[in-house]
Amino acid sequence: MPSIIKVRGLNKVYSGGFKALDNVSLAIEKAEILALLGPNGAGKTTLISIICGIVNPSEGQVSVAGHDIVTNYRRSRELIGLVPQELTTDAFESVWAAVSFSRGLFGKAPNPEYIEKILRDLSLWDKRDTKIMALSGGMKRRLLIAKALSHEPQILFLDEPTAGVDVELRKDMWKLVAQLRESGVTIILTTHYIEEAEEIADRIGIINKGKLLLVENKTELMRKLGRKQLTLDLKQPLSSLSPALAEFSLELQKDGHQLVYTYDAAQQHTGIAALMTALSEQEIQFKDLNTEQSSLEEIFVSLVKESA
Amino acid sequence: MNFYAVKAIYMFEMARTRRTLFQSIVSPVISTSLYFVVFGAAIGSRITSVEGVSYGSFIVPGLIMLSLMTQSISNASFGIYFPKFTGTIYELLSAPVSYFEILLGYVGAAASKSLLLGLIILATAGFFVPLQIEHPIWMLFFLLMTAITFSLFGFIIGVWADNFEKLQIIPLLIITPLVFLGGSFYSINMLPPIWQTISLFNPVVYLISGFRWSFYGIADVSVGISLTMITLFLAICLGIVWWIFKTGYQIKQ
Repeated sequence: MPSIIKVRGLNKVYSGGFKALDNVSLAIEKAEILALLGPNGAGKTTLISIICGIVNPSEGQVSVAGHDIVTNYRRSRELIGLVPQELTTDAFESVWAAVSFSRGLFGKAPNPEYIEKILRDLSLWDKRDTKIMALSGGMKRRLLIAKALSHEPQILFLDEPTAGVDVELRKDMWKLVAQLRESGVTIILTTHYIEEAEEIADRIGIINKGKLLLVENKTELMRKLGRKQLTLDLKQPLSSLSPALAEFSLELQKDGHQLVYTYDAAQQHTGIAALMTALSEQEIQFKDLNTEQSSLEEIFVSLVKESA
Repeated sequence: MNFYAVKAIYMFEMARTRRTLFQSIVSPVISTSLYFVVFGAAIGSRITSVEGVSYGSFIVPGLIMLSLMTQSISNASFGIYFPKFTGTIYELLSAPVSYFEILLGYVGAAASKSLLLGLIILATAGFFVPLQIEHPIWMLFFLLMTAITFSLFGFIIGVWADNFEKLQIIPLLIITPLVFLGGSFYSINMLPPIWQTISLFNPVVYLISGFRWSFYGIADVSVGISLTMITLFLAICLGIVWWIFKTGYQIKQ
């Protein structure tokens, strides 16, 4: 897949001296969904803001579809739609006027049929003549998406799009994201709902303290960094582990009633067979067993902790 | 050139005027009419004429300039301050528009509104006093130049302001006194010599004098100096706007 966005050696130091981005390099592929995860203040919004032209970079280059965002900003910006984190909207304009304004601002000729389609897709058609100030928070969020899509962008940035929205809207939004991706739109989203990123994203980027810790295919990431645990419910509780079991990564839990073995599922030899043999030799019997894989959230937390 | 963007900004700003018709157009017209009643009828009855022009007619250019300047500043400063205040400026900054196009949209709309207002006040004045315009082309030129220059100045104030108090402070504490002391309601030749000299440091004197010349052919200072001053003021405003956009001052981090 060709890269539609290329970020090279990006640094951002704000006027107060705060370093928001530290040598970030990233390539985003066309028609993929990239989820950027990171704690508050990690630099996600700064990265998005620089690519969109809202914030000036201190150092580094960004190109969108081969167009430099500084020297050829017109070409790069007309390809991008942005849904900001905050519900920043006008108050006195109608929904229709606000969306039409956005289309014009991005240099597109009026197209009432297209605006109607967007408003219908986002369940805003009935509210087209309503003043924005009369809309609910969820409706305002839909409006921001409609504005971002009004000029038919090839790249869509969604900065915390589901923050504070109800379940129904969240589902609608992800349905729309899936449709957009199908139509070839590249989507970059930041979210606090890691399970959503796990469900919808093709690749995951983890950012902390301005540093991009990794960008990895989601499945590969889970395979590489996801640890598996085998839990054995013992017939007889153990007070301690025999030295013969020392070679295994074992832990006694629930007052010795449970034995937990942590292993790397990516390895060719997980050690389970050897563990079973060793347990048999030690005459340790179990009545039940189950395995668990660590979630993206656990991977995220451990990576962020490591980088702290 | 992104014409659609310029049109979008321009129409958006003009739509605000339509929504706030009373505040934008009717209110200044009422204020101007009151000036005619108070200054023209009450005081004017005691002053027969100024340099051969009836007092009521004499104050017309000054009154138009007063509204033109204050409304140009108010419209342009509010136009750019409001997106900063609400946060919607993100859309402007992320759009494929040049700074010149942004300026054209906002300043163009602010100047159009105040120009329209100036012409409405001129028509309103026609109901109260006899009007005479000796140099109509120059009258429109002064009107246009002042509307553009003060809209640019308003744009600068709107960018500089980070709260509503700052937005009001310059028009209220600097522009209004300068306009009142700039010969709106009198000829500076009526002042004692020392105040005449001090008045020459007031840039508004040159604008009002030039504008009044286009009506009645009388001026406190030569028309050439008036034209030079307004061109100079326009150049200063353009220079500051250029610096704002170059540095991203108060707009872009």
